[in-house]
Amino acid sequence: MSFLEVRDLSVRLKGGGPLLRNVSLTVAAGEVRGLVGESGAGKSMIGKAILGILPRSVEISSGAIVLDGTDLLTLPPAMRRQRVGATCALIPQDPLTALNPSRRIGPQITDRLVDILGWKRAEAEARARALLHEVQIADPDRVLRQYPHELSGGMRQRILIASAFAAEPRLIVADEPTTALDVTVQKQILKLIAGLQARHGTALLFVTHDLGVVSKVCQSLSVLYSGKVVEDTDVARFFAGPAHPYSAALLAATPKYTDPTAGLNPVPEAVIAAVRAEVENG
Amino acid sequence: MADGRALICRRAGLRLWLSLGWLALLVVVAVLAPWVAPKNPLEQDLFSGRLPPFWVHGADPAFLLGTDSLGRDVLSRIIFGTRIALAVALISGTLTCVIGASLGLLAGFYRGWVDIVISRFIDIWMAFPPVLFSILLIAVIGPGLFSIILAIVVIDWTRFARVVRAEAMAQGAMDYVASARVAGRGRFSTMLREILPNVLPIIVVLLTLEMGIAVIVEAILSFVNLSISTDDPTWGGMISEGRTSIHQAWWVLVFPLITLFLTVLSFSQLGEGLKDRFDPVLR
Amino acid sequence: MTLVRTLLLRLMTTAVTLFGVAVIVFFVIRVVPGNPVAMMLPPGATAEDVARLTALYGLDKSIPQQFVIWGAGVLHGDFGTSITLRQPVLALVLGRLPATLELSVLALVMAVLMGGAAALTGTRLRETRVEGGIDVANGMALSVPDFLWGLVLILVFGVLLPVFQISGRVTPSLHLPFVTNFYLVESLVRLRFDLTRDLLAHMFLPAFALAIPLAAIIGQLLKQSLKETMHLDYVTLARTQGYSEARVIWREALPNAILPTLTLVGVQFTFLIGGTVIIERLFSYEGLGNMAIDAVINRDLPLIQGIVILFAVIFTGVNLVVDLTYAALNPRLRHG
Repeated sequence: MSFLEVRDLSVRLKGGGPLLRNVSLTVAAGEVRGLVGESGAGKSMIGKAILGILPRSVEISSGAIVLDGTDLLTLPPAMRRQRVGATCALIPQDPLTALNPSRRIGPQITDRLVDILGWKRAEAEARARALLHEVQIADPDRVLRQYPHELSGGMRQRILIASAFAAEPRLIVADEPTTALDVTVQKQILKLIAGLQARHGTALLFVTHDLGVVSKVCQSLSVLYSGKVVEDTDVARFFAGPAHPYSAALLAATPKYTDPTAGLNPVPEAVIAAVRAEVENG
Repeated sequence: MADGRALICRRAGLRLWLSLGWLALLVVVAVLAPWVAPKNPLEQDLFSGRLPPFWVHGADPAFLLGTDSLGRDVLSRIIFGTRIALAVALISGTLTCVIGASLGLLAGFYRGWVDIVISRFIDIWMAFPPVLFSILLIAVIGPGLFSIILAIVVIDWTRFARVVRAEAMAQGAMDYVASARVAGRGRFSTMLREILPNVLPIIVVLLTLEMGIAVIVEAILSFVNLSISTDDPTWGGMISEGRTSIHQAWWVLVFPLITLFLTVLSFSQLGEGLKDRFDPVLR
Repeated sequence: MTLVRTLLLRLMTTAVTLFGVAVIVFFVIRVVPGNPVAMMLPPGATAEDVARLTALYGLDKSIPQQFVIWGAGVLHGDFGTSITLRQPVLALVLGRLPATLELSVLALVMAVLMGGAAALTGTRLRETRVEGGIDVANGMALSVPDFLWGLVLILVFGVLLPVFQISGRVTPSLHLPFVTNFYLVESLVRLRFDLTRDLLAHMFLPAFALAIPLAAIIGQLLKQSLKETMHLDYVTLARTQGYSEARVIWREALPNAILPTLTLVGVQFTFLIGGTVIIERLFSYEGLGNMAIDAVINRDLPLIQGIVILFAVIFTGVNLVVDLTYAALNPRLRHG
């Protein structure tokens, strides 16, 4: 049974057009699912809907988000918040803005363990120290006392990853966690996330536009186009030959890191037009 | 959401028109005061002192809004007070604007020692309690319309200078200024032709707000009996008298207060409205 | 290191500003037409009497000479003697200062509470009718200055619903056991809550009038920066961790949104203190401002000088404190 099941989820602008159309996807316990699509396809919107942080201008028009057997959308807001807070976590896109600039690192990791999950302060601090160690931060005690602006982007992303794993969540939504980082740092961070995920057995919904990342980290993936899932498959089968023409074009458009001489092949106009027609009609 | 925004726009537009309407009414009343006012504002009649407004029992319908303790007609005094209030607003507002904006423009565009001197003066001015400073000035130069105008200019020029200086500095750093200079325009001419038009919207907004402030300052000075003379009909003077007889004759305070309130509100709403209109220019 | 340097630099510019204020006040009031000494003497006074009194107050010397004498005195804490009240200016001014300080601080507290409540409520209920209502109220409150609010409050709470006092600082018939002029503070310290009640009944309306415009400014600016902060990733992150919306606003957004508001509150607080001059007059409150207006009307030169300088010291002092607080609160500046 899947830990997370999104069923026929539709999201629209309040008084406006649809952003997600009947999206369905599942993430089993311990599974890493990629969520791929170009910008504006609605990838991040799915993560936000699951975590209950959709912008106010947007509303869920239909569907279900079943987390561990309970449909979150039927719960009252406070219950929903509690349940999500206890079992899920987010690795945000931009480490530079995802830490509160006026608070030290330590409390930013430990506070929610104490406030929301009822841990003892000492327990939480020990946990934070251990996790910073695990994300290969050399001097955890010093870092815990520092302010965000004293740390590099890579360091901050490590801290955010550590913080995401702190409460042993069962599902982590990683929202383009490497996009804002230097190319050199990207690889380390990716390895780190993969390593932690494997050790802790956490399910991971990995939102990205980068098929290269998917091939390294994920087991299965959903391809999103214009708010609709056009392909849902496992990674091996996808890279062997995608079933959907849009997926195929997307794959062809991705630069091959292994073959630097290969040129870029943008998704052909014809494919875009065909897929758009298909999405609009169905 | 789109509907909501349109509604807000319309509401803002309504506020703008209401403000303009009230101010236009004041201008008309001020110009036509001798013909509009039912009585002579200076005429005292001790037998009809403290008559209530027309709807209250015991009123004399000849005095629509009642009379003060000396039997002078409240409505006529408000109408003639409009003349003084508007004269002060227009003249002192404009003078303050011209002087303050010029100094701000010079400081912001020329920088260097000009800026240092002007900024230091602004700092010193900011350390004065403005109301006390204006009262002090009036006490020194003696009461009268001219003194009030002078006092307002002297205390309030910094309001323009500060904002215009900052704006001129921001504009001066932009590329179009550099290219005008490269094209061979002189410094002074660059300031007038390139910078001034771009800071003009904010100057107009400040001017509108300043007129409201001038009306208030005049009222405050009349209130402490330093404005013109106690006989002349000023809103502040009426308020001052009304404050002392508030338990016996509330109408002496209420009507000039309402007039003053609406006028100040109108000037400031007009300023805010203009700011919103100019917003794309100001951004 | 940087903090010390900032402090020194600020102290120096403050000193220059205060010197400028002293020079300007001193010279402006000496252009007064009419001899203040002549005004104090009874009608039958001779020319010799006038000359003697003029010499006594040093008004026979040249203006620069008077300034040097006065300046030297000020540096020794001697601000001269009030002409009308015939007491040392410093003692008079310091005697009235507590009344004005208590009023200003009460007004500041009220403004922060009202403005803060408006901003937090507006943020919590953003994009609803409640926020629209708060915006309209803020706009009104901002458009009209404290003087007019004072008059409106006198009408509403002094005449229509007479629940508060509209003149004075305390009921004159009460026996006050106080040794300082900080009546409000002392009534609290001595646990004389009956007196606290009476003082507050007198102070509430003037303080409220002073607080309304500042509350609106705080409400507007704080709400704007709160709303901007609410879009940032660390706020979103806190939401996913199970914190309620109210707690997210309070813990994550408020500490970061408050800094720009703080600087503004400092500047605006000096405006509020400046406003006490006319508000004290309006409510016949026995503070510095009321004394200042009397001094101006009576041409009491030494007293005017003393009061204006004291106001300038308060203004620049408040600005100094705000700048330093800002530096101390902002971790980026503290470690930068």
